[in-house]
Amino acid sequence: MDSQTRHERWIAFLMLLPSIILLAIFVYGFIAWTGLVSVSKWDGIAPDYNFVGLKNYQQLFLKAIGGVSALRFHIGLWNTFFFTIFFLFICLLIGLSLAILLDQKVKGEGIFRTIYLFPMAISFVVTGVVWQWIFAPGTESRPRGVNALFSTLGLENLKWGWYTDPTSIGPFHIALIPVIIAAAWQMIGYTMAMYLAGLRAIPDDLREAGNVDGATNFGVYRHIILPLLKPITFSALIVLGHISLKIFDLIYTMTGKGPAFATDVPGIFMFETTFQGNHYAQGAAISMIMLIMVAFVIIPYLIFSFRQEVEL
Amino acid sequence: MSRKYFWLTTILLVLALTLVACGGTAPTTEAPAEEEAATVEEAPAEGEATEEEAAPAADGANQLEFFSWWTAGGEADGLNAMYEVFKKEYPDIEIVNATVSGGAGSNAKAVLATRMQSGDPPDSFQVHAGHELIDTWVVADKMEPVTFLFEENGWLDVYPQGVIDILSYNGEIWSVPVNIHRSNVMWYNPAVFEANGLTAPTTFEEFFAAADTLKAAGVTPLALGDNGIWASTHLMETVLLGALGADGYRGLWTGETDWNSPEVTNALDTFAKMLDYVNEDHAALSWDQAAQMVVDGDAAMTIMGDWADGYFFSLGLTPGEDYGFAPTPNTDGTFMMLSDTFSLPKGAPHRDNAIKWLTLAGSREGQDAFNPVKGSISPRSDSDRSLYNAYLQSAMDAFASNEITPSLAHGAAASEGWVTAFNDIMTLFVTNRDVAATQAAMAQACVDAGICGQ
Amino acid sequence: MTTRFNPARFAVYFLLVLFALIFLIPVYVLLSSSFKTFAEVQDLSNMWGLPQGINLESFKAAWSGIPEKGLRGLAPNLANSFKLTIPATILSALLGSMNGYVLSKWKFRGSDVIFMLMLFGMFIPYQSVLVPLTITLSSIGLGGTLWGLILVHVIYGIPITTLIFRNYYAEVPNEMIEASRIDGAGFFGIYRHIMFPLSLPGFVVVIIWQFTNIWNEFLFAVTILQKPELQPITVALRNLSGSQIQEWNMIMAGAIIAAIPTLIVYIIMGRYFIRGLLAGSVKG
Repeated sequence: MDSQTRHERWIAFLMLLPSIILLAIFVYGFIAWTGLVSVSKWDGIAPDYNFVGLKNYQQLFLKAIGGVSALRFHIGLWNTFFFTIFFLFICLLIGLSLAILLDQKVKGEGIFRTIYLFPMAISFVVTGVVWQWIFAPGTESRPRGVNALFSTLGLENLKWGWYTDPTSIGPFHIALIPVIIAAAWQMIGYTMAMYLAGLRAIPDDLREAGNVDGATNFGVYRHIILPLLKPITFSALIVLGHISLKIFDLIYTMTGKGPAFATDVPGIFMFETTFQGNHYAQGAAISMIMLIMVAFVIIPYLIFSFRQEVEL
Repeated sequence: MSRKYFWLTTILLVLALTLVACGGTAPTTEAPAEEEAATVEEAPAEGEATEEEAAPAADGANQLEFFSWWTAGGEADGLNAMYEVFKKEYPDIEIVNATVSGGAGSNAKAVLATRMQSGDPPDSFQVHAGHELIDTWVVADKMEPVTFLFEENGWLDVYPQGVIDILSYNGEIWSVPVNIHRSNVMWYNPAVFEANGLTAPTTFEEFFAAADTLKAAGVTPLALGDNGIWASTHLMETVLLGALGADGYRGLWTGETDWNSPEVTNALDTFAKMLDYVNEDHAALSWDQAAQMVVDGDAAMTIMGDWADGYFFSLGLTPGEDYGFAPTPNTDGTFMMLSDTFSLPKGAPHRDNAIKWLTLAGSREGQDAFNPVKGSISPRSDSDRSLYNAYLQSAMDAFASNEITPSLAHGAAASEGWVTAFNDIMTLFVTNRDVAATQAAMAQACVDAGICGQ
Repeated sequence: MTTRFNPARFAVYFLLVLFALIFLIPVYVLLSSSFKTFAEVQDLSNMWGLPQGINLESFKAAWSGIPEKGLRGLAPNLANSFKLTIPATILSALLGSMNGYVLSKWKFRGSDVIFMLMLFGMFIPYQSVLVPLTITLSSIGLGGTLWGLILVHVIYGIPITTLIFRNYYAEVPNEMIEASRIDGAGFFGIYRHIMFPLSLPGFVVVIIWQFTNIWNEFLFAVTILQKPELQPITVALRNLSGSQIQEWNMIMAGAIIAAIPTLIVYIIMGRYFIRGLLAGSVKG
């Protein structure tokens, strides 16, 4: 706008300045500070900023140096990987399916939508508590949760240890399955809402055009609508992906690190090693790695979003 | 834009601004929260001046905030018994019982570390004697010495030197011990033993022979509940003690025993073999559920510290009749010890009250109120035997006559960092039973802890 | 519209109802367990069954605690959650609104880059600022206090609130602003007379979003507020469920108490809640 005076522009900038300063300190400053801790010797209650180079990182990545820390961290990374893959897949698949079903001009759409979406309004802690109860295995003679249900139904051989079972198939720990289910329960509604918003934004004449061409309902979805939803899938991948890369509350409440780290993730490792083991430098190194993983996903996305906006 | 939302927003805004305004001058909004939390006789006039660590009792409240992870069962009952004695003596002091439950204290330790880090210490807190106390808190300069309490109250004569030693650093004593627990106890079901013609095994050979008999009879020989992984570490420390003997075991924590030695390999092999005889669902159980298996006769034995006695006691069982106890295999004559102590952190907001509390906690009266209920023995040599049950009396005798070794799993033997690493090693070992890798990792952990040379 | 049986329609409804039932399993678990007595939840053979009657014992226990078992009541923690969430929500909404106004209508050179740098703050894993944060808070005298946590939520709430308001204000036509400038309105005049009144729905979205997020947040709360009597309900609930004695009926009642405020907001104002959700994916 041309009519803005120099003076007013300064006022505008000054109004923004406190936020800029706060975020500069609390986001960027603190990240730098954590970065500093991650190359320091700080190992105990009292801070120690002596420089040790990349030792703390090497201890996480190299088994020869880090011993059990490296083992644990590797498992945590694998768990994050599988958790992310399955969590994203389930959320997108079921979220899209539900959105398409709700898009069929159904009666009571509002009620269904409310039911699918309400877990989003609940804390991960509450989710963790409930699903911990559902999947608690109990003992062999006194089964609990789903196992108790299997017992009642006579399906004894379906019983297993759920999140207490340390078995792994290759690097995939089966104890993650209950955790993935709980997380998906919470986030499917979100994906559905995104897809539904996308479906509603598609003008009716596009669908009608498809129908006129003699395409089946399925064909319209397959060839016209799904391609239009690609940007939404992309956004959902990013949002869910960055949540799953830094997941903490849910797993911490529901299972903790699990036997043999079956449900461990870097977020829990960081929390325990920092605040229970007092290994501040190691905790800082883990959180820097988490930050880098998230940044890999988010920074291109932010840049992409802004490019698009400028073009519009 | 609808009117409805205008009003909603306005109301929310007004509400919030009122709240902000009420809070107005600095952190006084906390005061109501504290009032609600504690059972208050006199409402504190002001909110906790948490940020003012230098000014004791500056908030005017006559309180004692004691921090522990004793939230339930005999532990909480014991603590309450001590509170009662304290209240009788100091009715004006309001006790704030700050407890954090879960994870055998691991949650609480995290909370405490952050509190201390932010200069917000409680008046006194529970801490395990030994390296947990010294390495974590004393070396980091977060504690006040309590040597003067020992001198003023004549405690130097009634507390065993061995206990005072592990509380000492740089010539000062840093904490008041309130109890002694024994970690190397094997609890068994006498009826199951009798039915299979067995007696309590004293060596590993006897243990495995008995285990084979029991397994053949369809009883789980050894109950383990390691969903809190420290229970595996706990079992391991008793096996290490059995395999290496008291001196060899002690040397592990001072660098005198080689972690790569064949004796350690032997201990790991023994532990791995024991796992063949434990319940399959051990990762899903807690230690008390494992103890319950023994009570129910589903399992014959479990190895656990003598807080299990408190658990059996709470079920109304009689020691020697309903449950049996013996030292773990190969450890007769050794008392693996751990001790809870109460401390005096630097900057305690109500230091005077903390000193009154510690004086009581170290006294015979306080300890004899606490220990019989908690299910532990008093470290004092002059405690009243008649208050303690048959098991605890036997523990007193053993404590007085046996060799004493420090427990690893419970903070006496090694720094918290080392214990956490050890726990991590154990959680993997229980699953993969890879002796060579585990031994290498244990050796590495000793190096990382700064005890063993490269 | 035909009333004849249509297999495709039937399949649609069947699937919708099926998923709805699956989604409601945890609700069933919460409700049925919380209305049971302690003796009833101990009976594992009936753990999935309905309670024998509506028993409020567990809600009482969750509210005021079971002192003899060392279990704290959640009532003070619920109060803490309100004391924390309401000021933090309002403050961050006000800040976000001003920022959004500047970043949409008073753009300057580099303002988009600054905006992008601000946005990054809402994606970072908060673990990467946790330790400096606790040290800083205690050095400015706010360590372990509710005000410290409020400050933290206000600051880390800036990106999302700014984003929602910026996208919202971007839709306000510039002509309106030009018109009011001709009437002599300046930077604040435009905000007060045009943007702020227009943005009330925006405020609703942001307030709901921030309210839900701050209420449900765990990591900051568990690290910054260590005193049990100061902790918000999420942390208190986790402590309850992590304790050795698992009073499941009480824990479930506690979970319901913890979930109700945000659920009410969601059910009453679901439409705005969804808008907030969608705004979280950067492009509004």
